[in-house]
Amino acid sequence: MSIEAEQQAVVSARGIRVEFGAVKALDGVDLTILPGEAVGLVGHNGAGKSTIVNVINGGLPPHQGTIAYGGVDGAGGIATARAGGVRCVFQELSLCPNLTIVENTRVMHAGLSGFGWRKRALSLIRAKLDEIFPGNHIDCTATVGELSIAERQMVEIAITFAAVTDAPRLVILDEPTSSLDAGLAEQLLAHVRRFVASGGAVLLISHILGEILSTSSRIVVMKDGRVVASRPAAEFTVHSLVEAMGSVVKERTRGGARIRTEADFSIERAPSAGSPIAFKARKGEIIGLAGLGGHGQTDMLLDLFRDHSGNWLPGHGDAIAFVAGDRALNGTFPLWSILKNLSIGSLPHLARLWAIDGGRETALGADWKTRMEIRTPDMGNPILSLSGGNQQKVLFARALATKAEIVLMDDPMRGVDIGTKQEVYAILRTEAEAGRTFIWYSTEMDEICLCDRVYVFRDGAIVAELTDDEIDESHVLAASFSGEAA
Amino acid sequence: MKGFSINTLRLIIPAASLAILLAAVFYIQPRAMSYTGLNLLFNLAVPIALATIAQMLIMAVNDLDLSIGTFVSFAACVTAVYMPTEPVTAIAILAAAVLTYAALGMIIHLRDLPSIVVTLGMSFVWGGLAVIILPAPGGEAPVWLRAVMVSKPPFVPMAIIASLLIALVAHLLVMRTTFGVLMRGVGGNARSVARAGWTVLWIKGATYAAAGFFAILSGIALVGLATSADANIALRYTLLSIAGVILGGGEFVGGRVSPVGAVIGALTLTLAGSFLSFMRISPDWQIGAQGAILIIVLGLRLVLNRRGQEEKQP
Repeated sequence: MSIEAEQQAVVSARGIRVEFGAVKALDGVDLTILPGEAVGLVGHNGAGKSTIVNVINGGLPPHQGTIAYGGVDGAGGIATARAGGVRCVFQELSLCPNLTIVENTRVMHAGLSGFGWRKRALSLIRAKLDEIFPGNHIDCTATVGELSIAERQMVEIAITFAAVTDAPRLVILDEPTSSLDAGLAEQLLAHVRRFVASGGAVLLISHILGEILSTSSRIVVMKDGRVVASRPAAEFTVHSLVEAMGSVVKERTRGGARIRTEADFSIERAPSAGSPIAFKARKGEIIGLAGLGGHGQTDMLLDLFRDHSGNWLPGHGDAIAFVAGDRALNGTFPLWSILKNLSIGSLPHLARLWAIDGGRETALGADWKTRMEIRTPDMGNPILSLSGGNQQKVLFARALATKAEIVLMDDPMRGVDIGTKQEVYAILRTEAEAGRTFIWYSTEMDEICLCDRVYVFRDGAIVAELTDDEIDESHVLAASFSGEAA
Repeated sequence: MKGFSINTLRLIIPAASLAILLAAVFYIQPRAMSYTGLNLLFNLAVPIALATIAQMLIMAVNDLDLSIGTFVSFAACVTAVYMPTEPVTAIAILAAAVLTYAALGMIIHLRDLPSIVVTLGMSFVWGGLAVIILPAPGGEAPVWLRAVMVSKPPFVPMAIIASLLIALVAHLLVMRTTFGVLMRGVGGNARSVARAGWTVLWIKGATYAAAGFFAILSGIALVGLATSADANIALRYTLLSIAGVILGGGEFVGGRVSPVGAVIGALTLTLAGSFLSFMRISPDWQIGAQGAILIIVLGLRLVLNRRGQEEKQP
């Protein structure tokens, strides 16, 4: 890239590295966006899309690399990014639900100061809403909490595109159409094209590849924290995009072609949420739930859990076990010892006359310490003395120590080192052979490829069922990203 | 319920409960329906209304102040001891107290501390300071303050005018100004306020300072009415102010507050006490009865809110 181009670039990030613990979220990313460019950004879970967005909008200082707005290296931070004309529409709605639309406009635009700002804000937001979404009937004096999700999204988009003192130069749209219907989405994309034609820049993230292909002038494909392709949109097709997101197909060792068609279904759910595919699981199967994060996989796990434990009477808690993904939030008891964290799931079996039998508890701990290879000198040590991977092993052991036939896993291997992963995979495989059913939501392709059967989720519904040889990256990617515009 | 927005509904319930209580009081004791009667009924509501506004500001940023009662007592002691003889010292002490409040708000934000714990601790500090300043009940109200509090404007009693004024000023500050919008924005979604380039730290500091200011006004007004002070004079204000905010349509989290409602809530709580006295309910039972009134009003609001939400769902 020439120096001239660098100077007129709206934003230019060079060599950005961001690490969260052992995980490299961004591994030397270069991204330059010029005025009048609509850049489409695609990639699978964990590719680093959200992280690069956060770096560009100033919310996350990179550990290495520089970021310049309009050719000037700023001090970084949200204020610098905003001064550089960078605006962002976040995937999760980020308006204040207790304020009116007009007041939210005021919060987002510091330039609306002085006397009579309400009137000016009202006419500004009214005009912008009518410009982007002609024919909308949103009352701009209403409180945001009273609006529907789609209306909130429309308001947020209109506020972001509105200009008070300085016009936006780069608007980042993170899944902007996820809660809009087809008509509104088309209105938005039309506005994006007009905005770009008038010299603005847009960074568009969407799981609907049709949108990306029809709206962007250039498409950046990310994978594993790196930019793997950056070419004009015309050079891509839906198929080649999916291919670019994937990696070289690696041969995976699956559990072998075991024939288990004769086994009973332990779970059967009728098709729901507008999906034609029913959810079924056999005894001894490992079922993968794939797709982009937040597309209904966790809801499915929670539904399954409720179905099988919907009884508050004691003695019914053994049908199903849950391994939480967010250890700190809903997994560990941080003040308890390793042993107590492990045995909490099977206390009824350890009890004698309503009192916990210490001897049996210790025996259980010793048993699982060797089976899981939990690396600690003493199971009485606090759980936080373990590394993240070993903590996760304890959570697995907690679930496996119960008599549960079905084990649900909510992306439990996030941020776990590869060695621990391999050990846990082997244990899962043995336990499955022994007749347990595992339902495994994972955002990592390698883990999905270990499963016997995979359901791919999109927009809260199952869109594909993959078995045996179909389970590979390209099939999962193709199903997670829909080809046509919504 | 079509035509009413949720915000209007929020105000209708406290206003209606105040009107019903007032009608009941007039029915039992028709003589209360006079200039002097109204003034007597609502006199003590003025400091409570000010303390309620202070609490409401703190609740607007999702915090809770458990030190309002002792802080108002402290402000009352400072006023009664220093204001008549050394007004400069009094104002300096009170200004320092406002700054302390601002600092508390910033510390709570910076260190991500639970406001309940911090203000609970501070309540002992304020209480101790009040005892040091005024070990035994005493002091006196400055002449000008006494004159303001007992003045008799034509037609409308002082207590009503003061309540209206408090409601108006608080409404302008919280609902109309940019600062008010930002403050409620922090309560609603602090992250998006920060993402828009504002400094939440300063917003919180300013909010706490404003709350401290209103609480001090409450202490001053209280001295004007009581003509002397005591280190424990306003201890029950902590819970009264929280109840007043909730009664007036505010919520503990989410930045949903209503200044006009808060003043109405304070008036309702004061009136509930008088109403129970008129009913000849023994003071032993009054606190329980006051609680019952609170539960009835809040239950009513819950039912109406839920119905409103059901209508919104398709």
